[in-house]
Amino acid sequence: MSTRAETNAKAAFLRAGFEAHGAQTVEPPILQPADTLLDLYGEDIRARAYVTSDAARGEQMLRPDFTVPVVQMHMENGADPARYTYAGEVFRRQERDPSRTSEYVQVGYEVFEREDPAASDAEVFALIADALGDLPVRAVTGDIGVLMAVVNGLKTSDLRKNALMRHIWRPRRFRALLDRYSGQMPASPTREALLAGSVTSDAPLVGARRQHEIDARIQALKADAGTAPIPARDVDLIDALLDISAPLPDALSRLHDLSVDLPEIIPAVARVAARKDALAARGVEVETLLFEANHGRTSMEYYDGFVFGFRARDRADLPPLATGGRYDALTRRLGRGREIPAVGGVMRPDVMLELEGKP
Amino acid sequence: MTLKLGVPSKGRLMEKTFDWFGARGIQLARSGSDREYAGVVEGIEGVALVLLSAGEIPRELAAGRIHLGVTGTDLVHEKLPLWEQSVEVVAELGFGQADLILAVPQAWTDVDTLHDLDAAAAAFRLEHGHRLRIATKYHRLVREFLRDAGVADYALVDSQGATEGTVANETAEAIADITSTGETLTANHLKILSDGLMLRSQATLWKSRVAPMDADERKCLDDLLERLG
Repeated sequence: MSTRAETNAKAAFLRAGFEAHGAQTVEPPILQPADTLLDLYGEDIRARAYVTSDAARGEQMLRPDFTVPVVQMHMENGADPARYTYAGEVFRRQERDPSRTSEYVQVGYEVFEREDPAASDAEVFALIADALGDLPVRAVTGDIGVLMAVVNGLKTSDLRKNALMRHIWRPRRFRALLDRYSGQMPASPTREALLAGSVTSDAPLVGARRQHEIDARIQALKADAGTAPIPARDVDLIDALLDISAPLPDALSRLHDLSVDLPEIIPAVARVAARKDALAARGVEVETLLFEANHGRTSMEYYDGFVFGFRARDRADLPPLATGGRYDALTRRLGRGREIPAVGGVMRPDVMLELEGKP
Repeated sequence: MTLKLGVPSKGRLMEKTFDWFGARGIQLARSGSDREYAGVVEGIEGVALVLLSAGEIPRELAAGRIHLGVTGTDLVHEKLPLWEQSVEVVAELGFGQADLILAVPQAWTDVDTLHDLDAAAAAFRLEHGHRLRIATKYHRLVREFLRDAGVADYALVDSQGATEGTVANETAEAIADITSTGETLTANHLKILSDGLMLRSQATLWKSRVAPMDADERKCLDDLLERLG
């Protein structure tokens, strides 16, 4: 284990490297208002972040990451375009596994840039890859945007598309919905009875959810019962996409094959291709760079395009040394009507030191 | 040295626990006045009775400050992450049965399953501008249960008592609580979701896996477990 001083020195060194590439250093507060994070992530964030409070400010969270405060700060008064770097502790509650660390240092690099998103993706990835140097790591990339494009391209109702989109980051729920919408899971007897109009209740309605909301959902369910199942062919296409785990050139040719049957994903696939070229132009070895269509689906739900991670090649016990991705939608959510394409990544100096110490 | 046995300090849970041990030839009793939380053990040597709130017994077992303790499955699962590593079940005592369940208003005819709850929560958030609130004191268990089920767009609100009333008071839209007969739920116009059973709980005698023991205490524990077996 590295000492705190060693970790901080490493963090300062990494941050200086990002500064040398023109990033402005920012230092968001450790205490973050809980309501923004709760609004973004829901209850799941409570399982991950430490919550504290005082009478004046109400609930606060010890920052679980830097991305949200950096985006908020940028949307308030940032230059356009802008590049930021930071280094400091983040805090993660460990409800399941006390052996995992609950406080560690992150160093990050974030790019807010409207021009040429592929170049920005490649810039973040390549700078982090360079900073990792000769460490024995393996990179994995992916793109949540392709899966989103497939869902958007399905020939089904908006209600079904929205429900699938809402659960992109919950793979099991996503699968259950897909089974249901493709007719693989028959409706339950209670659902049949509800649709037939034979479910009634004499009980008085208590609570804030009103009768018109109940009626609206029953109407929606009736309309949905009349919606044709998503064809098995489309489900197969989704499976074929999620199965992709190959070096980037192979993955890309499989994505091209899929886009023959699903032309709606052509723009998303073109973005993957443009990124491959931009990465190659940055000197990244794209011929062997792994692309996994499923990558990033179980992380915090703000990545909506490029995603990547670097893990130690022979140390499966270590957490990733670096992770990142594109989060355009997050800038929209936090921008109060404004938005800007954004991509970034974070590194773990403590894990780097651990790996350096055991060659 | 003595083997420490933690037992709930009041109420039916205490009395039933005393009865359970009594039926096995071990007399537990409170000493002194009703207000004094000290106890005596007869029928076996080397065991000390520690009277505690049922809610504190999981923590004391996990910290190794007591060797044995009686409390509900629900409290152990809620309060101890990775509870299997710090405690183990000695015996289920056959009383204090209660289920941790998720309930919604009976009049929600469109909501029967967790899938329905998730869909209703999404629509509720759009309509009301805040997440659908679930009142509970079992935050960790409920959050894990709903995460595994893939339910989103809800918020937990803390309720340490009279949880069934929160819906009528409009401080929550649904509840997650312990119920034994379901009568309170019905009286408050609530129904359990068909897949809303989170945990079946009952009073259970637990053994700490981490409490240090010397040779005497270990022998005492073996004797005690044999008597209880």
